[in-house]
Amino acid sequence: MTAHPAATAPLLRRLGETHRAPVAFTIDGQPATALEGDTLLTALLLNAGALRQSEFGDGPRAGFCLMGACQDCWVWTEDGGRLRACGTPVQPGLRIVTRGAPWPPLG
Amino acid sequence: MSENRADVLILGGGLMGAATAFFLRQRGLSVILLERRLVGQQASGINFGNVRRQGRFLPQLPLANRSRAIWGRLPELLGEDVEFLPSGHLRVAYTPEAVATMESYRDGARPYGLDLELLSGNAVRDRFPWLSPEVMAGSYSPHDGHANPRLAAPAFARAARRAGARIEEGAEVLHIEHEGGGYRLDTADGRVWRAPVLQVSAGAWGGRIAARLGEPVPMVVRGPQMGVTEAVPYALLPVLGVTTKEIREVLYLRQVKRGNIVFGGTGHGPAELDAPPHRANPDITLHQFTQLRRMVPALGALRIIRTWSGIEGYMHDEIPVMGPSAKWPGLFYAFGFCGAGFQIGPGVGDVMAELIATGSTTTPIEPFHIGRFA
Amino acid sequence: MAAPRVIVVGAGPAGTRAAELLAAAGLRPTVVDEGRASGGQIYRRQPPGFRRDARTLYGTEAGRATALHATFDGLGLAIDYLPETLAWNIHGGALYVQREERARRLPFDALLIATGATDRMIPLPGWTLPGAFSLGAAQIALKAQACAIGSRVVFLGTGPLLYLVASQYVKAGAQVAAVLDTAPPGARWKGLPLMAARPALLAKGAVLIAQLMRAGVTMRRGVVPRRVLADAAGTRVAGVAIATPDGGEEVIACDAVGMGWHLRAESQLADLAGCAFDFDADSRQWLPRADEDGRASAPGIYLAGDSARILGADGAEIAGRLAALAVLKDLGLPAPPGQDVAALRRQRQVMDRFRRGLALAFPWPAGLVASLPDETLVCRCEAITAGALRQSVTELDAPEMNRAKAFSRTGMGRCQGRFCGIAGAEIVAAARGVPVEAAGRLRGQAPVKPLPVAAMADDASTLEATR
Repeated sequence: MTAHPAATAPLLRRLGETHRAPVAFTIDGQPATALEGDTLLTALLLNAGALRQSEFGDGPRAGFCLMGACQDCWVWTEDGGRLRACGTPVQPGLRIVTRGAPWPPLG
Repeated sequence: MSENRADVLILGGGLMGAATAFFLRQRGLSVILLERRLVGQQASGINFGNVRRQGRFLPQLPLANRSRAIWGRLPELLGEDVEFLPSGHLRVAYTPEAVATMESYRDGARPYGLDLELLSGNAVRDRFPWLSPEVMAGSYSPHDGHANPRLAAPAFARAARRAGARIEEGAEVLHIEHEGGGYRLDTADGRVWRAPVLQVSAGAWGGRIAARLGEPVPMVVRGPQMGVTEAVPYALLPVLGVTTKEIREVLYLRQVKRGNIVFGGTGHGPAELDAPPHRANPDITLHQFTQLRRMVPALGALRIIRTWSGIEGYMHDEIPVMGPSAKWPGLFYAFGFCGAGFQIGPGVGDVMAELIATGSTTTPIEPFHIGRFA
Repeated sequence: MAAPRVIVVGAGPAGTRAAELLAAAGLRPTVVDEGRASGGQIYRRQPPGFRRDARTLYGTEAGRATALHATFDGLGLAIDYLPETLAWNIHGGALYVQREERARRLPFDALLIATGATDRMIPLPGWTLPGAFSLGAAQIALKAQACAIGSRVVFLGTGPLLYLVASQYVKAGAQVAAVLDTAPPGARWKGLPLMAARPALLAKGAVLIAQLMRAGVTMRRGVVPRRVLADAAGTRVAGVAIATPDGGEEVIACDAVGMGWHLRAESQLADLAGCAFDFDADSRQWLPRADEDGRASAPGIYLAGDSARILGADGAEIAGRLAALAVLKDLGLPAPPGQDVAALRRQRQVMDRFRRGLALAFPWPAGLVASLPDETLVCRCEAITAGALRQSVTELDAPEMNRAKAFSRTGMGRCQGRFCGIAGAEIVAAARGVPVEAAGRLRGQAPVKPLPVAAMADDASTLEATR
């Protein structure tokens, strides 16, 4: 059984630039913080070990190219939006889901 | 060069040709299929993949019913899965006129054994909550569905080959001659092929070949406009379409089990017989987006990852050419299916094989006879 | 007569120099770029609020990077700059672009494509695990986010970028477990004669390698990578397994891998523009045909930078200038003063020599790709295995990549074959027993990148075109 990605160790490591303002957001309903200027991918992978689960059953994915080419880092927001994590700056109040896909949104 | 003979030569390796080859083998006739490029690459491979009877020209329904029965048995017949899903087919109406058209079609189709369920706007949204409030009514055909066009014709060809048919790819026919009561075909590689019976199922090129055989037909070619989204959870079960007179509203879409949503319609692009296929027109793609959002607002959250076009043959009277030649014995035609050939493909193959093998078919195909243009 | 409409796609080194030159000639080019700021990938800018200086970010290239950014910023309203905008299609003499929900149709008289490159990838078993990234990604994480991709990183692949990124990580204080080069030990000597065309660059490379050695980083050549290993939970990278001479395996522990084998041209827009492609034996990929100044085979289309010929950032700047000069010449407009086309062409030729030397010194391990185990996920978007791709050839008779794609779904996912297409062609060719060029290339299909269904055309002429 695989552990919940938000519970696994963060993937990335910060090496500096830690003076920046904190940004509060949510991953799978749990509070998380990042720094202003982090991409959503950085923000997610400094808090968790994956961005999403592969649609085709091969397990967790955490992006690959960081330059908007591989399209591996698309994440869902709770209200059914789609964001390419490597190209989106983290914003306060973003609510990301890494498990399941809230589509179609009904009601 | 070597000679190659069979009971039947088939010119054209799309779904019609491949299915005919398969069913001829079931009846014990020897078959050689000559395909200029690769089996199923043209209209057969790039179409929308609709396996629907609803909406067809009523006299086509017996053929469509026969075909539907075969679709259900394909995995056992072909030994391969072409992803046929009997998911149901739902046409929506946006106007009272369209609702009236639906009602009249339902009444017309019932005697042919096609039972359609008409649902009011509220009822159709109860069943399919992702439909937009603009949908005024729906007409539901529970046993229709969809399949994978990239796989179907090649699967028929492989099954035909396993059953003993010769399937020749990369075999471009340059000449057709009458010879000794039968047919002689010469391909570009210098080989010669002979049979007492010839079937022309060359799709968009069918009209050109029929003209060479002295039976010209009024036909045009058009490019379907197709696209597909990323994969999302499987939620839109029925194939969706629109009952309307406005071509710009004629959107169709289907979600496959893997989750991608294939869509098409609202217009055609150009196509040419002697040039590589055109690409989909981006203006039409953007217009399709408006119709996608109109029908299923939740699609507005998704992204498309691919568009394509191709070539399809349309008869001026929108009725296919199918059946025996009006001029030559032993010559048969199955082409010009006006962008609606996929569902009836297996049935066409079965009927043509029956016709060729026995001299007649139990399924009425008189309205499709090429003689109507003579 | 209205001013000619020139569009430059890409605001990296090639696009920046092209835009600069076109603006200096009195045109007001439109510059379309997907990024939030100019610079492309190699000179990617850090977000506002970050404080590292150019030397820290770009090392020996700090001067070039700063100059390039200043040039672009200095263009101001001399260009019509469309950032965060995707060029997704070309049709009827117009470029189709999209930004969020807005889709626009931009007619052009000349289109200069400078869309850069991605890493070229080999899909090793385990490459889809969290913690496995491209070399470019490892570099972007550091440069643009001040992050390392892990706490103990293995760099794997071949090419100058392998050593560059590793040394950047060491300098930034990240732990580099190993640098694993698939190039055989003797290969660099093969490349030396051609690489000697750029002695300064050669010296920089030697310095990088010396720095890595001094830092005690394990460096291996002739590496045969077997797989990226997962941790016990199967959810992230835990090591890299490589072959040992005796037929066994050695595991190098790590929690991240940066992988890449040179670059792969982003040529999709050139494809949609109708450009002819030729197989380039040196870079072992299909590239759009272009003359020495960057004129493509399709009229009105010009190509510059790594999306046409992979010459690196310096070569891209020169190619951008040459292509812009070609645009001006073909439009019958005078070039700005002081342009020495002959000198630019000579410099480009020098860079091309160097490129060919690099290809020899750091060869693409074709045999490794062809022999990937059946269970390897070749297409990461659709999760298609090498075995399934091979079956499309051996059992379903696919003779080339597009048919193999139609049958196996390889290349049908969101990345549209960017990361599986080249390796896929090697696998198809090997399964057929033919040279790789006989397996063809994936035919480009719009959109160039995923396009939102929410996008709306706001151009009245667009609506008119669909009547």
